[in-house]
Amino acid sequence: MTVLYIALPIALVVSIMFVIAFVFCVRSGQFDDLETPPRRILFDDIPQRKGKAP
Amino acid sequence: MNDHPLFRHTETLLREGGRAATCAHCGQDVPPGKLKNNREQQFCCSGCELAYQLIHDYGLDAYYDMDRTLGTAVGDVDELGDYSELDSPEFVEQFSSVDARGLRRIRFGIQGIHCIACVWLIEKLPQMLPGVVEATVNWSTATLDLFWNPAQVHLSAVAQLLRRLGYRVTPIRYGERQFQNTLETRRHLIRLGVAGAAAGNNMLIALGLYLGWFSGMEAGYELLFRYASCFLGLISLFGPGQVFFRSAWQAMKAGTPHMDLPIALGLGAGGIGGLINTIRGQGEIYFDSLGMLVFLLLIGRFIQFRQQSRSADAVELLYQLTPRKARKIVNGVPQETHADLLKVNDTVQVLAGELIPVDGIIQSGRTAIDEGILTGESLPQPRGVGQQVAAGTLNLEGTIVVATTAVGSHTRVGQLSAMVERAAGEKPQIVQWANKIGGVFVTLVIILAIATVAIWWHLGWLTALDRAIALLIVACPCALAMATPLALAIALGRAAQRGMLIKSGDVLQRLHRPGTIWLDKTGTVTEGRMKLVDWRGPTSLLCQAAAVQDQSDHPIARSMNRAAVRRYLDELGGATANVNDSPGHQWVASDVQQTAKGGISGTVVLARENGEDPPRAEPTAANSGPIDSTRILIGNWGFLQQAGIAGTSEFAAFGEKSIERELTPVFVAVHGEVRGVAAVGDPLRDDSRQRIRQLQQAGWQAGMLSGDNPAIVRRVADRLGLDPQLVHGGLLPEDKVEFLRGQSSESTQVMVGDGVNDSAALAIAGVGIAVHGGSEVSMQAASVYLNRPGLAPIVALLDLSRRTMTTMRITLTVSLLYNLFAVALAMFGVINPLIAAVLMPFSSLTVVSLSWFRRSFGDELIAERR
Repeated sequence: MTVLYIALPIALVVSIMFVIAFVFCVRSGQFDDLETPPRRILFDDIPQRKGKAP
Repeated sequence: MNDHPLFRHTETLLREGGRAATCAHCGQDVPPGKLKNNREQQFCCSGCELAYQLIHDYGLDAYYDMDRTLGTAVGDVDELGDYSELDSPEFVEQFSSVDARGLRRIRFGIQGIHCIACVWLIEKLPQMLPGVVEATVNWSTATLDLFWNPAQVHLSAVAQLLRRLGYRVTPIRYGERQFQNTLETRRHLIRLGVAGAAAGNNMLIALGLYLGWFSGMEAGYELLFRYASCFLGLISLFGPGQVFFRSAWQAMKAGTPHMDLPIALGLGAGGIGGLINTIRGQGEIYFDSLGMLVFLLLIGRFIQFRQQSRSADAVELLYQLTPRKARKIVNGVPQETHADLLKVNDTVQVLAGELIPVDGIIQSGRTAIDEGILTGESLPQPRGVGQQVAAGTLNLEGTIVVATTAVGSHTRVGQLSAMVERAAGEKPQIVQWANKIGGVFVTLVIILAIATVAIWWHLGWLTALDRAIALLIVACPCALAMATPLALAIALGRAAQRGMLIKSGDVLQRLHRPGTIWLDKTGTVTEGRMKLVDWRGPTSLLCQAAAVQDQSDHPIARSMNRAAVRRYLDELGGATANVNDSPGHQWVASDVQQTAKGGISGTVVLARENGEDPPRAEPTAANSGPIDSTRILIGNWGFLQQAGIAGTSEFAAFGEKSIERELTPVFVAVHGEVRGVAAVGDPLRDDSRQRIRQLQQAGWQAGMLSGDNPAIVRRVADRLGLDPQLVHGGLLPEDKVEFLRGQSSESTQVMVGDGVNDSAALAIAGVGIAVHGGSEVSMQAASVYLNRPGLAPIVALLDLSRRTMTTMRITLTVSLLYNLFAVALAMFGVINPLIAAVLMPFSSLTVVSLSWFRRSFGDELIAERR
């Protein structure tokens, strides 16, 4: 179980990295609008179909 | 052949000889007159056709493949503006900013976004217009953030294109306040994220420690776990937990006790004690509980922040009331410009039907002006050269040229907006009960902690101190701090589902104890729309009068225009059989004149009905006088008497009777004699009386504040069963504000209204309720906006408030009991970190579930929106 001496700090570092990533996301405004982006993701399909349109 | 479903649908319809084709752009029915043969696509208007062409030319046909909801028609091409005012350097400077790439950025409010396909289309702007670099739509706020290169494209070109696609843009000044609000939300989220991560990891580590307690654990591991827990705990305390220390420090400095005081005390004592014990390598550490505490408290804080109302902003109100565009006269030529750029002494041209952008004096032209927005008076006022006009009022009749005397916030409407903002600020803030007891709470906790030290002194000071610290931590009023915001947030959410938009949690706290509720008459207890109720006289005369009234926008005239008269006659059933209004012919009015004294006159001729618009106000028609030209006068008794017209007693008596029925008599005179009288009025809603009785039964006093004729107001109030002492008529907007200010602040004053002229009163009242169909500004000024007509939502709102306050009291009591229990345990020295760690979330959970599972509404007065 001595691995804990290494595993625990690593786990903490990993979680800190995620927290930093989260802070970065918030700061860049990704949480400002929660309604449009989830729908915007659907747009990607369209340009492919566009080719078929006259 | 286009295989788009819409086309196929249209085609089928056309083949089958169906008349109802749908517009290929907006999907609405194409009027039969606009159907064109041998075409696949049909359009309801030229605007839609242009938009369709544009979208096709840009290769964006995929727009029509998307799952779209029906849109609105674009309208006629001629009405699309050129937006040149957006290109002036002053405008660009004021409304946009430069980013690091050298691009300009502006925020537009967009009208006309109705589905996600619109978002897609608008975000294709960079593809359509080179020079537009980025276009991002926020659907929930209906705003567009645009980055463009001013060297490559003009802003007016962007606005024009959007307008041709069917979207109207309004530039938004992205003010400091909104910016701060966004930043504050982000800060809350970051705090929550950090606190949540720290608390969660701390819990995992604590689990290991607790298990080690029962089954034994090597000292080395225990030390590691304790240090890790300490590390995470300190992150919680010094990172997101800082807010509590800061707020407690401020409360101490200001000398106002606050719930943050005991919170900071618990956190501080726990943090210091835990740190010492970690370094010492023995004794209890409570970092898992502290971390969880910070996290839960921050959730409560975030909920509270979200339900705080944004008070009305004078600048925004002004923007809604005054036009954004103006026609400034430069060297004798009118040029379109942005209204914000006008200065005093500029001359401005205002066409009929436009809002006046500035306060000023008429230099040329004659017109009538609807000043209802300022005075509540619905009758148009005549204005000529040398007379004053006010910004935000509506120019009804002629083109005028105005010399500017005041702009922006210096105008009367600007001052009215400022009054609304000020009134909102004057409202005393409700001190949360939880904060009120903050001072008592903290004293009590400190006394108990000292007592604990005293009790356990005989075991040595270290043990005694340990126990005291444990007490301080478990006494931390976490659930208590959450109880209020949570109950309010849940109530606000449920109210919104039922079409009651409550802007601030305060409202529910103010409404729970009965006070006085002041109702506006029009639109609140009545249907808010004038209607022709009765007519005495020949039907043909009514039709003639309708032809004249058709050309006026006055509410009374509208209740007697052709459509209204037809409705009335339909209701009577078959009474239309009259020679003078024979099928195929109709009365056409010309030379219509409106006077200030509540009268209108016009010449009517019988013309052939040929489906086209009758010639409007063309003097030639009257002068030639072909078949039967009659001059008729319509107005109140006073107007006709001034015109030297005598009325017979029969009509006078009918008029008297109408007044008794709370209706307004409108007399119609031909050939110098009154020949008919109509009774128009705004009928009471069916359930008004019953709802008012319900309010009174709930202990509320109901009164009425109205700008209408006092006699009529009194009669209506009488029929509704209001206390005559509380009924006031003939009030100006300022009078209403003064009146409400004069009322005692002991009991809650609730104002219910709908108009712009009510908005200041709505803002200053303890609770302002804007009813269904009210003006944009009244919605902003009020703290509650009701989405359903009538008084039923108000009754439901009071019910909601009562229930929410009960829920809050229960949860506050329960959380206090938890604290009491935990404090008792700590004093007896039987508490340990595990018990603390269980008690803390458990008490919060109880509060959450109690708030959630209690009903918010009693009987189903208004149904939930599905």
